[in-house]
Amino acid sequence: MARTSTHMRHAAITVLAWGIALWMFFPILWMVLTGFKSEPDAISTPPHFFFSPTISSYQDVFARENYWHFATNSVVISAMATVVALLVSVPAAYAMAFLPGPRTRMTLLWMLSTRMLPSVGVLVPIYLLARATGLLDSRTGLIVIYMLTNLPITVWMLYTFFREVPVAILEAGRMDGATRWQEVTQVLMPLALPGIASTGLLSLILCWNETFWSLNLTSSIAAPLTTFIASFSSPEGLFFAKLSAASTLAVAPIMVFGWVSQKQLVRGLTFGAVK
Amino acid sequence: MTAVGMLVAGGAQAAGTLTIATVNNGDMIIMKRLSGEFEKAHPDIHLNWVTLEENVLRQRVTTDIATHAGQFDILTIGNYEVPIWAKQGWLAELKPGPDYDMNDIVPSVRAGLSVDSRLYALPFYAESVMTYYRTDLFRKAGVTMPQRPTYDQIRTYADRITDKDSQTYGLCLRGKPGWGENMAYVTSLVNTFGGQWFGEGWKPMLDSPEWKAALQWYVSAMKADGPPGATSNGFNENLALFASGHCGIWVDSTVAGGLLFDPKQSHVADRIGFAAAPTGPYGKGPTWLWSWNLAIPASSRHADDARIFIEWATSKAYVQLVAQHEGWVAVPAGTRVSTYDNPDYQKAAPFATFVHTAIDTADPNGQTKQPRPYGGAQFVGIAPFQAIGTQVGQSVAATLSGQMTVEQALAGAQAAVTRTMRQSGYLH
Repeated sequence: MARTSTHMRHAAITVLAWGIALWMFFPILWMVLTGFKSEPDAISTPPHFFFSPTISSYQDVFARENYWHFATNSVVISAMATVVALLVSVPAAYAMAFLPGPRTRMTLLWMLSTRMLPSVGVLVPIYLLARATGLLDSRTGLIVIYMLTNLPITVWMLYTFFREVPVAILEAGRMDGATRWQEVTQVLMPLALPGIASTGLLSLILCWNETFWSLNLTSSIAAPLTTFIASFSSPEGLFFAKLSAASTLAVAPIMVFGWVSQKQLVRGLTFGAVK
Repeated sequence: MTAVGMLVAGGAQAAGTLTIATVNNGDMIIMKRLSGEFEKAHPDIHLNWVTLEENVLRQRVTTDIATHAGQFDILTIGNYEVPIWAKQGWLAELKPGPDYDMNDIVPSVRAGLSVDSRLYALPFYAESVMTYYRTDLFRKAGVTMPQRPTYDQIRTYADRITDKDSQTYGLCLRGKPGWGENMAYVTSLVNTFGGQWFGEGWKPMLDSPEWKAALQWYVSAMKADGPPGATSNGFNENLALFASGHCGIWVDSTVAGGLLFDPKQSHVADRIGFAAAPTGPYGKGPTWLWSWNLAIPASSRHADDARIFIEWATSKAYVQLVAQHEGWVAVPAGTRVSTYDNPDYQKAAPFATFVHTAIDTADPNGQTKQPRPYGGAQFVGIAPFQAIGTQVGQSVAATLSGQMTVEQALAGAQAAVTRTMRQSGYLH
């Protein structure tokens, strides 16, 4: 009787979990389906689940814009911004976690508070700085901005992960004669690798999806996929199928990447959760 | 390391490269597609395109121009922005070459692009307002649309056609708040009811009986015959509703004609009739005139090349090129008299005469019932209007959704507009 009740409970939880997963996945599924509809089918009411699929929207998207140019920019900018952010935030988080000063906590909170500032509030100063330094419409400009905007998150995440590493292990390394560099690279980083990896993945996803700065600081040369999507929304004329096709193409690389690295991501995010 | 540096830096712009910022409407996409012909004819000029949604483009371009960054050489801007930006010194004066046929441009369109007799943009396409209706539904209801209906007639016909059980709505009108969305239509409606935004001395006139009558007609008609959730419907949403067979009458931009008559985009392409925009009790006043134009920002470093491209894209030869590649129905409408005189265009676009008449009679700088200190047909040609229009648009949408009465909305709008006009220095 008790076993039947347990089975029932498990079945109910499974059904609920699937229901929630499908509900969350539905917008993406609908976007993919709409990309294969004709424009009139895409706006038909009631919406059609069954329709004659067409790849005409994808053909239009490829005919109108150079997808690979935008995709290359997204890959280069996101990857470089993430690498630079990690290079800066690992030593910063190490110092804050293992060598805290009297103002460490305040510094961490101040860093986080910069994320609460609306981006549009600093648009004109940043735009003028980018103009003065020749970084408008350049990959370097976006890499610097993305790195700086993600720094509070990466430092905070790494700080949290590093705090989970027992200080005694680092001390043991020091006792064995490890230098500071060796302590970080050969003792701390291997132990915190899942955390560093998940921080990098999160930074990569945030860079990939960032829209405000990419729309405002780039025009044609360094424009990433977020700008590519924005070019398919039209105030006059039907565009939902083409926009869905463009959005599918834009999110596909990061979704595949997320799928492949999901184990690492979950492992990193739950790092130290159970002791 | 060098390779990484090059990868990160991205390519540098070649000399003679023009960066064109444009909206992504169908006509602009065709221009982009055909621009290879221009590059073939001008091998020393290379074109870079930045295609964005209208509001994103406006914000992007405004930031660039205001900071003199010079990212763009050619801009697509509306006839609302041209005089305002020209007065700010943001646009370069345009002096077309001797071969460019200026006299062929529709006079009402050309009039909005000059300040102090200096030309600052050339029109790419223009639109006004007209009435679309479903001939099959009218036949079934036993009614006939006159060529120039009144708003009372529109209401009567809409009541006859509406069948909410079958999701057939007699009347579709813009309800989405925004100065270029519901307020474009409402301003046109108010004008023909005898109302206006401002009187002499920039006194706001939103509390006038004419505004009240116009809004009462709008709210009452939309509640009785409009689709549910009309406050979410702008041009595109109504286009989708009409094209999928859910609207009986739609009053909106003339640009919809080419889209509705295209069987690839419209399920009702063979059942569409058209008429002039309805008239209200006043019956006169400016109606609607919007043009998308090409202009050169003052910060451009390639102004001469930019002028060559603009002349090409707005020429009679370009119209012929579009007709040759995309068909006559796809040519940019509303700007050239020669387009409307062309029998091939008249045959391909049965709505052509209505559009030409609508644009010709839009009278954007004409008078309202009482004298007014501003220009513009479905907008007010002053910089604060974007904010004012969107704010009042939200109040108008609130009347449609039942959150406010017309009286409450107009009283609030009058107070808000008065405040903004004081802050902007127009009203003392």
